[in-house]
Amino acid sequence: MSARSLRLVTTLCLTALSALLSGCNLVTLDAAGDIARQQGDLIVVSTVLMLLIVVPVMALTGWFAWHYRASNRRATYAPEWNHSTQLELVIWSAPLLIIIALGAVTWISTHTLDPFRKLDRLDATRAVPADVKPLKVQVVALDWKWLFIYPDYGIATINELAAPVDVPIEFQLTSSTVMNTFYVPTLAGMIYTMPAMDTRLHAVINQAGDYEGMSAHYSGAGFSHMRFRFKGLDGAAFDQWVAQVRAAPAELSRDEYLRLERPSEKEPARHYGKVVAGLYDAALNLCVDPTKMCMRDMMAIDARGGLGLANVYNVAQLRYDADRRRDRTAATPDRYVTALCTVAPDAYMSPVDPPHYGGARLAP
Amino acid sequence: MSASNAVMAAEGADRWLVREDLHAQPGTMLGFWLYLMSDCLIFACLFAMYGVVGHNYAAGPSPKDLFELPLVAVNTAMLLFSSITYGFAMIEMQRRRVNATIGWLAVTGLFGLAFVGIELYEFQHLIHEGAGPQRSAFLSAFFALVGTHGLHVSFGIVWLVTLVFQLKRWGLTDATRRRLACLSMFWHFLDLIWIGVFTYVYLMGVLR
Amino acid sequence: MTPASAEPRSELATLLFGRLSLDSIPYHEPIIVMTFLVAALAGTAVLAWITRARAWGWLWRDWICSIDHKKIGVMYMILGFVMLLRGFADAIMMRAQQAMAFGDAAGYLPPHHYDQIFTAHGVIMIFFVAMPFVTGLMNYIVPLQIGARDVAFPFLNNFSFWMTTAGALLVMLSLFVGEFATTGWLAFPPLSGADYSPGVGVDYYIWALQIAGVGTLLSGVNLIVTIVKMRAPGMTLMKMPVFTWTALCTNVLIVAAFPVLTAVLLLLGLDRTVGTNFFTNDFGGNPMMYVNMIWIWGHPEVYILILPLFGVFSEVVSTFAGKRLFGYTSMVYATVVITILSYLVWLHHFFTMGSGASVNSFFGITTMIISIPTGAKLFNWLFTMYRGRIRFELPMLWMMGFMFTFVVGGMTGVLLAVPPADFVLHNSLFLIAHFHNVIIGGVVFGVFAAVSYWYPKVFGYRLNVFWGKVSFWCWQIGFLFAFMPLYVLGLMGVTRRVSHFEDMSLQPFFVVAAFGAVLIGVGILASLIQFYVSYQRREQLRDVTGDPWDGRTLEWATSSPPPEYNFAFTPRVHDIDAWWDMKRGGYQRPTTGFLAIHMPKGTSAGIILAGISAVVGFALIWHIWWLAVASFASLVGFAIFHTFNLNRDFHIPADEVAHVESAHTRALAVNGA
Repeated sequence: MSARSLRLVTTLCLTALSALLSGCNLVTLDAAGDIARQQGDLIVVSTVLMLLIVVPVMALTGWFAWHYRASNRRATYAPEWNHSTQLELVIWSAPLLIIIALGAVTWISTHTLDPFRKLDRLDATRAVPADVKPLKVQVVALDWKWLFIYPDYGIATINELAAPVDVPIEFQLTSSTVMNTFYVPTLAGMIYTMPAMDTRLHAVINQAGDYEGMSAHYSGAGFSHMRFRFKGLDGAAFDQWVAQVRAAPAELSRDEYLRLERPSEKEPARHYGKVVAGLYDAALNLCVDPTKMCMRDMMAIDARGGLGLANVYNVAQLRYDADRRRDRTAATPDRYVTALCTVAPDAYMSPVDPPHYGGARLAP
Repeated sequence: MSASNAVMAAEGADRWLVREDLHAQPGTMLGFWLYLMSDCLIFACLFAMYGVVGHNYAAGPSPKDLFELPLVAVNTAMLLFSSITYGFAMIEMQRRRVNATIGWLAVTGLFGLAFVGIELYEFQHLIHEGAGPQRSAFLSAFFALVGTHGLHVSFGIVWLVTLVFQLKRWGLTDATRRRLACLSMFWHFLDLIWIGVFTYVYLMGVLR
Repeated sequence: MTPASAEPRSELATLLFGRLSLDSIPYHEPIIVMTFLVAALAGTAVLAWITRARAWGWLWRDWICSIDHKKIGVMYMILGFVMLLRGFADAIMMRAQQAMAFGDAAGYLPPHHYDQIFTAHGVIMIFFVAMPFVTGLMNYIVPLQIGARDVAFPFLNNFSFWMTTAGALLVMLSLFVGEFATTGWLAFPPLSGADYSPGVGVDYYIWALQIAGVGTLLSGVNLIVTIVKMRAPGMTLMKMPVFTWTALCTNVLIVAAFPVLTAVLLLLGLDRTVGTNFFTNDFGGNPMMYVNMIWIWGHPEVYILILPLFGVFSEVVSTFAGKRLFGYTSMVYATVVITILSYLVWLHHFFTMGSGASVNSFFGITTMIISIPTGAKLFNWLFTMYRGRIRFELPMLWMMGFMFTFVVGGMTGVLLAVPPADFVLHNSLFLIAHFHNVIIGGVVFGVFAAVSYWYPKVFGYRLNVFWGKVSFWCWQIGFLFAFMPLYVLGLMGVTRRVSHFEDMSLQPFFVVAAFGAVLIGVGILASLIQFYVSYQRREQLRDVTGDPWDGRTLEWATSSPPPEYNFAFTPRVHDIDAWWDMKRGGYQRPTTGFLAIHMPKGTSAGIILAGISAVVGFALIWHIWWLAVASFASLVGFAIFHTFNLNRDFHIPADEVAHVESAHTRALAVNGA
């Protein structure tokens, strides 16, 4: 009886579920970017492979439970039967075979879809043309907003990312204080952004549109609103967008970055027409504040055996977190401004020959 | 119930039951050994931490600048000697000589105290020089690893003193013999860990 | 969390109270004040009731100081149930918040509170619900199944329980004094470091887990020694009941994994308290090391939770199919293989860190390999049902729920082990749905199966079937409603730990999920009603045989509830299903010739030591240094004092054994057995 009611419940739930599903957009299975699309396909393939074993198990469970119920006196009852070499063989080899198949799929796809690997195709039918120059984007996760720097154009944006359709994008990612995850569901899978660590992501967007991106790794109070728009634009529109950002009067100096780095929530999208040179590198090395020693330099010194006891009390330049304590209030004096006075003025990026994606549409 | 049935029942009972007071095998040694293995894992983590951040001097001092091998060698000798004297204490215990056992334990304790004392001196010296545990990840890992070991030795000494009192009070009973054996394992285990620390942290730090 | 606007504290106040001040009590948060009032009222009512019943002496002697593994087992289960209510309250608050907070509606929880709730939910459910349940079951059942009188170190057992409770107490205290961590249940640095989480929340987390961790580790050592050294004569390793096997593997995992947690939390604690630089951005620290180390503990932890329940299902299915377990040997080997492999997969929790394709695929494939022995186990249960005569009593019902639910959870788990698929699903609600699918479908259903299976053994009467079925169906259907939408949301690219959404089209899914959570709540309520109703009708539900289900293993060979000494005579074992073998082989209950039985004596040292540990923890959390030093010194002092107490055991006289046994013999005769 309970087996029957169980089945009834299952049917009911499946119906309810399919009704719900009809109204939603499963972006991960129907992505607009080739990498995300391949990842979505992989989900489907793996699921189907596993269903090969899951469905028979569920069916057998239901059938055995029903057939061998105590009230069915016609069913065979063999209380001592507990071993069968053939069955054992099947029991161990069936999952093994599935896992061998899935393992092969895993090995191959993990290598081809490695976020650090340069793209070799735009989608299932097109390889990356030899002459196309990839779009470079440098991403810094701040508390709690996203900074995107376009080194080829010398511009930067907050909480707004744009990319031309069918052009490989090379992301270089880091974080200013704590871990975050960069995630644009329609574009590609997630990748961590970590302070003083450099991660990479290669992806391409194949359809123009307005999409959403976010931080997927919890990073504190403002995390829920750490979202940004991702605009897939066709070439001409992208060029136009670049021109528009470049015309923005705001300049992203080191000073401005340090202000920006302080915790804030629900930041609106913002454009910077000028960006100080080497900003991403400095953010990565935790030395946008020029009074701080760059991680890179520290590691080089350490590789040579440190600076010995002579430098033992010289610690202020190595303390990155304490100045950014989250219980610091506005009343606390701002150390940055005084520190900056001693430093040479910022030099802004002046890119030569920034790529244009408008004119020559890539042949399909 | 007829007489024959009763006999059969009695025989059956022997098949199924143990009709005597069954003494469980003593499990203390196994249990304590398992505890030591878990402790060993804690040290493994501290070693791993040291292995990962041990070269992150944060532009500060490195092992070469800080460690004085002669002092550490003396320290190591203290601990190794204490292991030997503990061994003598165990031999005396086997011979059931309470006072000799206590005597060797006292010597062991003194060696242990000397070890902890030298270590505290070293720590104090380092902190005085500015190379405290906060100065770099390398120093954090160093103080955590060596300090955890030193803390273990200190607990060992407290335990040892307690045992000396118990030996005086009760003599060599089952309980005190078992405790002596446990402390023996603990003490030699710490010796073993120290050999790892000495090699990995001090020798490889200075000589490389 | 002293507000920044408060004037600086006097040095004396800081010396005396550390960071603790009146502002630490969140009296301005109505939800917490209400919770406090309800908890205080309920607590006072319980205390008053105990006083009225003059039960203090009984409670102190027979329970709190008891070193009887059965009573400690029951206390673990009670702790698990109480904490389940707290953890579930957190769950329903999260579901409510996520169902409400769309667009302009901010919901009723500010982020600071919401973040504490999801952290507390995870910590409580894993450490103070699932762990006590699992430990409690093993504590109660394992000695009975192997024909032992108690565990190897009975005092340590009592101490372990009180340490776990002390940890739970600190977590509960954080609700009313200060705050809990807002970092997620694994408290990744640098977020959990002193600079980015300056309050006391993470300190509560660290010290609660350290104190409870001591208890868990010691109970692991204890049970391993019990199983290795105290099996009845004739019970070779390959004749051990499967539950005992899984318990052995679980405890090996505990002893081999918990020290890593202790070490990593110690280092994080040093970072926060002393200012060291293990996991900071400063001075060459390495936060990624924390992530690796905590998952080296964290993944075995998953198997620590599920393995004993695999054992429970094995016992339940063979009992209710009235049949030997199919493939005992392969079941044992599968368990051992899972135990070993569980150490080789930790990196699958952070494929997205960017470790490189070869490392990722190695860990992905090892993860998949675990599903082979797990699959073999499922098939073994399946073929145990085959040619059986299945009685669908409550435990079997939970078993069926498990079989259907767990395969889905296992499948989505393998899916997450494919690194590129994980890039999409990691940190998404799909992941949340997956691990609730295995933990609810596996651990929770398993615990309910175990409770309904062994309840008659523990209390001498069965559980009411009607309310049991209500509970089962509410859990089963509630689970589907609560987590199927999360699978879908995950595939829609919705991520976890978000307290507010902009996209209104997601709201229906969260409303359905909240409805599912309410159904689960009804399920929990139904089991509470079930306990109450069963207690009321205990005379009708009474089991005098000690073997209500026609069981197979030794725990059913003694009376229900078992006498203090478990077995008047230690049984001899000739078969895997020892009791089944005894019943078939013409075993007769002994009625004469009883001997005095050597038993350990109760002691108050466990609760005193654990109580002092809780004070040490509290002092360290609030930086009250004098108290930390004083209480730590008294902890060591009391421990030394306790070692001078040799009066630790006694003999139950033969007369008393004979008296207890003949009472049971008479009860059996009256019952016509």
